[in-house]
Amino acid sequence: MGSQTRQRLTEALESLAVTTSSATAADLPDHVARVIDEPAVGAPLPFAPGALEATAVDTDPTPDSLASARTGVTPARFAIAEYGTLAIPSTSAGEEPVSLYPPKHVAVVAESDVYDDLGGAFDRLAGEFADGTDSVVFATGVSATADMGELVEGVHGPREVHVVVVTDR
Amino acid sequence: MSRNADESRAERIRAILETEGPAVSANASLLNEKRYDAIDSFPAYDELRSEARGIKEDAIAQLPELIDRVTEAVEDNGGTVYLAADAADANAYVESVAADRGVDSVVKSKSMTTEEIEVNDHLESREIDVWETDLGEFVLQVADEAPSHLVGPAMHKSRAEIAALFNGHFEPEEPLETAEELTRFARDYLGERIREADMGMTGANFVLAESGTIVLVTNEGNARKSAVTPDTHVAVAGVEKLLPSVAELEPFVQLIARAATGQPIAQYVSMLSPPTESPTLDFESDELGGGDREFHLVLLDNGRFDLREDDELRETLYCIRCGACANSCANFQSVGGHAFGGETYTGGIATGWEAGVHGAESVAEFNDLCTGCTRCVNACPVEIDIPWINTVVRDRLNRGQDPDRFDHLVDGLLPDEEAPGFTLQKRLFGNFESLARVGSATAPVSNRLASSRPVRAVLERAVGIDRRRELPTFARRTLIDWFDARGGSRVAPADATREAVVYPDTYTNYLSPERGKATVRALESLGVAVRVPPVGESGRAPLSQGMVDTARARASDVYGSLAEHVDAGRDVVVIEPSDHAMIHREYERLLPAASARRLRESSYDVMEYVYGLLENGADADALRAGDGEAVAYHGHCQGRTLGTDAYAVAVLERLGYDVRTSDVECCGMAGSFGYKRAYYELSVDVGEPLADSFADAETVLASGTSCGEQLEALLERPARHPIEHVGPQ
Ligand code: SF4
Repeated sequence: MGSQTRQRLTEALESLAVTTSSATAADLPDHVARVIDEPAVGAPLPFAPGALEATAVDTDPTPDSLASARTGVTPARFAIAEYGTLAIPSTSAGEEPVSLYPPKHVAVVAESDVYDDLGGAFDRLAGEFADGTDSVVFATGVSATADMGELVEGVHGPREVHVVVVTDR
Repeated sequence: MSRNADESRAERIRAILETEGPAVSANASLLNEKRYDAIDSFPAYDELRSEARGIKEDAIAQLPELIDRVTEAVEDNGGTVYLAADAADANAYVESVAADRGVDSVVKSKSMTTEEIEVNDHLESREIDVWETDLGEFVLQVADEAPSHLVGPAMHKSRAEIAALFNGHFEPEEPLETAEELTRFARDYLGERIREADMGMTGANFVLAESGTIVLVTNEGNARKSAVTPDTHVAVAGVEKLLPSVAELEPFVQLIARAATGQPIAQYVSMLSPPTESPTLDFESDELGGGDREFHLVLLDNGRFDLREDDELRETLYCIRCGACANSCANFQSVGGHAFGGETYTGGIATGWEAGVHGAESVAEFNDLCTGCTRCVNACPVEIDIPWINTVVRDRLNRGQDPDRFDHLVDGLLPDEEAPGFTLQKRLFGNFESLARVGSATAPVSNRLASSRPVRAVLERAVGIDRRRELPTFARRTLIDWFDARGGSRVAPADATREAVVYPDTYTNYLSPERGKATVRALESLGVAVRVPPVGESGRAPLSQGMVDTARARASDVYGSLAEHVDAGRDVVVIEPSDHAMIHREYERLLPAASARRLRESSYDVMEYVYGLLENGADADALRAGDGEAVAYHGHCQGRTLGTDAYAVAVLERLGYDVRTSDVECCGMAGSFGYKRAYYELSVDVGEPLADSFADAETVLASGTSCGEQLEALLERPARHPIEHVGPQ
C-alpha cells in the first residue's frame, strides 16, 4: 500500500467517525492494550500470531463474556481505502459475534491488505471465493438507523469502531 | 371510474395526504436529494447502471441453470434449497423447518419477500413468535401496518407517532421521547429476542449461485445477528435475486446504497455462505457453539417465472428494490406507499411486482398514480423503464374492465383503436385531439359552454373532470390556419441556413397557438425556413391513459407525415416537451427501430434547436435580450429526464436573463392527471412546493402546457413557454 492509499483510508475512516492508529507487529500487544476498553474479547490475528494472547483480550470468549465485553478485537481480512470499509472474516474463530456484540470494535488490518478501491478488493474477493473462503462482511462505519425519525448510531452493532493498521505486515 | 369511485378515491387520498403525507414527504425528498448528491460525486454511476442491467438480463435469461448451480453449491456447503411455487408452499416449508427443530421463536431481518408471502402471520398462526429486528419493520409490527416504502418501511411515521405507539404498547417506566431513546429501547428489547430465538430468518439482496452466498445489504447489524446467532437460518429470496458469482456483484455494491440512501456503500454488506463456520451463540450455555448449523434457502417463484416469460414486464425482475423510483416520484413524495402501492410493494415499480405476484386487482387501485413523468427513469440503478411498465399494466387493466355504457355515445367522436372496456374518462383524454379539433372549430362558443356550470357538473359526474380546474380554452384560429393565412414562411428555403418543420402538437395548434407563432418567428429571425404541415397528435394522450394500440397508430401516422420532410433534410422542431419525449423515448416501443431512430435523430426540442442555431453562428440579437431580467423557469419533467430542459436555461442565460430554476420533480398536473376528480387534491399538493418556490417571481416560464396551467392556477399569474418570452415580438 502506498502512503496515498494509507492516507485515503485514514480520511475515509475519519469521515465515518472511525478513529485510526498504527503499530508494528512487535508493538501490537502494547498498542491494543491502549485502545481497548476492558473487558475485551477477541479473535486471533493471523498476521500477528500470539499478539492478542499477550494482552488482556479474551480470545476464547463464552456467550456471557461476549455479552458483557466492552470491546471486541478482530482482524480485518483486508480494507478498502476509498470507502473506509473493513472486510471482517466469518470463521470458526468467531470474528462475526466478536465484531458485532460488544459496543466497541477494534479491527486490526495489515498494511499490505489495504486496497485503494472496491475494484482491487473485489479481485481479491474473487480469489478467496474460488479458494472456498466465501463468508465475509464488509463493514463501513458504525451501525446506524434513521427509522426512529433521525439518525441514531449503534443499532444491533458497535457504536464505536477503531482501526489499527499494522505497518510491517 | 364512476362518480362514487372517484369520490371515495379522492377521500382516501385526502386522508393520507393529511395523516402520512408530511412524514413521507420529508423522508422521501431527503433520500431523493441524497441520491442526487451521491450520483453527482460518482461519475461512474451511469456506466455501472448499464453493466448492472446487462448482468441482470443475463441472469434472468439463465435462471434455470442458476437455480441448479445454487442448489448444488448450497448442498455442498451443507444446506438445503427449496424452490417454492407460491406463498403457501413457501410458508408450509418454513413451518416444517421450524417444526423439525422445535422452534418457538423466530427473529427476522427486513425482507420484502417475506412480507409478500406473509410468513409472520403464518408462523404466528402456528403459535410461533416472530420478531422483526429491523427497527422500521419492528415499528410496523407493533403498529400492525404494512410497509409504506421498500427501504424505509415506516417512513410514514413521525418520531412523535412512534413514541406514542411505543409508550402505549410497552408502557415503559419513563415515557420514550427522543429518537435516541426509542432506538435504544427497541435495540435492547430486540437484542433479547435475538438471544432467545431458535431460528433466524433473512431475505437476500443477492444470491450468488456459484458459492451459495447470501448477500445482505443493511445499515443496522440486525441481519447479521439474525443470521448468525441462532443455529438455524432460513433465507427467503425471490428467484430473481440470483447472480452467477461474486464476480458479478461489484457493480451492485457500488449502486445499491447510492440509489437507496445516497450512501457510497451500506454499513454492512454481509456475504455469507451458510451454514457458516461462525460459532453459534446459545446465551444459556457457557461456551460458544461448535458451528453445528442448519441452513435453508427458500427460492420463491410466486409468479416470477410468468413475469420472465412476459416480454413487456420481464424487466421488473431486474429490480434491486432500492426505492429510488419512489423517492424520485412527486406523487409518491406526497402520499407514500400506502396510497402509491399494492398489497406488498410500493412506488413506481410496485405496478410490475404486484401485477406479477398478486395479480391485476392489487394494481388497479394505485396504477393511475404513475403519471408517466419519467423522473424515476434515470434514478433506477438497473435502467428499468418504470413508466412503460405502468403503461402496459394500465392498458391490460383497461381491457379487463366492463365495456363502458357510454361507449356507443362517443364512438363516433373518439376515433381510437381500442377494444371496448376503456372508461369514458380514459377515452376522452386519450382522444383529446379530436375534442380539441371540435372545440377549436366552435370556439368561443365551445369555451363558454365548457365553462358553464351545468356542463362542468356533467363533466364531473360522467367523466370525472374536477370542476375546480379551469378548462383549457380553445383558440378560434389554429396555428396551422394562422401560418397558411400569413402565406407560409417569411424566409425562403433558398435564403435559409436550415429548413425546419414546426410540429403542430395538439396543445399548440388548438389551445396555445401563440407559442407556435413565437416559435415560427424566432426560427425565421434566426435564418430558418419554416413549415407547419398538418401532422396528427403524437400518441402521448392515448398512451398516458394506457391506450397502447391507439398510441401506436398515432405514432405511425406522425411518422408517415414527417418521413418525407426528414428525408428532405428538414429538422423537426417540437414545442411541447411531452411530445418531444414521446418521439425520443416511447416511439422506440411503438415504431420499427429504424423509423424511431430516423425521427429521433432529426427532431429537437424548440429551445434545444434555438441553442444549436446560436451555437452555429445565428445572431442572438434577433431574439429579445434579457438585460438582467429575472425569470423563474420550471423545466418539464420529461424534458429533464432527457436533459433537454437545460437548453432553455442555456438560451435564457445567453440572452442575458437571470434564471432561477425549480428543483421539484414534477408540477403535479401531468397532462390530464390534475383534471381528474379523484386526483385533484393530490395534484395541488404536489404543485404547491413549486408554486411556493416561485411565489415571489415576477416572470414565470414553463415549457410544458400542463405545467403552465398548474402554475397559472396556483400563482394566479401567467406562465408562458420560454420561446414566447424570447421570440421577436
Ligand atoms: S425499479 Fe429501479 S429504482 Fe425502482 S426500486 Fe427497483 S431498482 Fe430501484
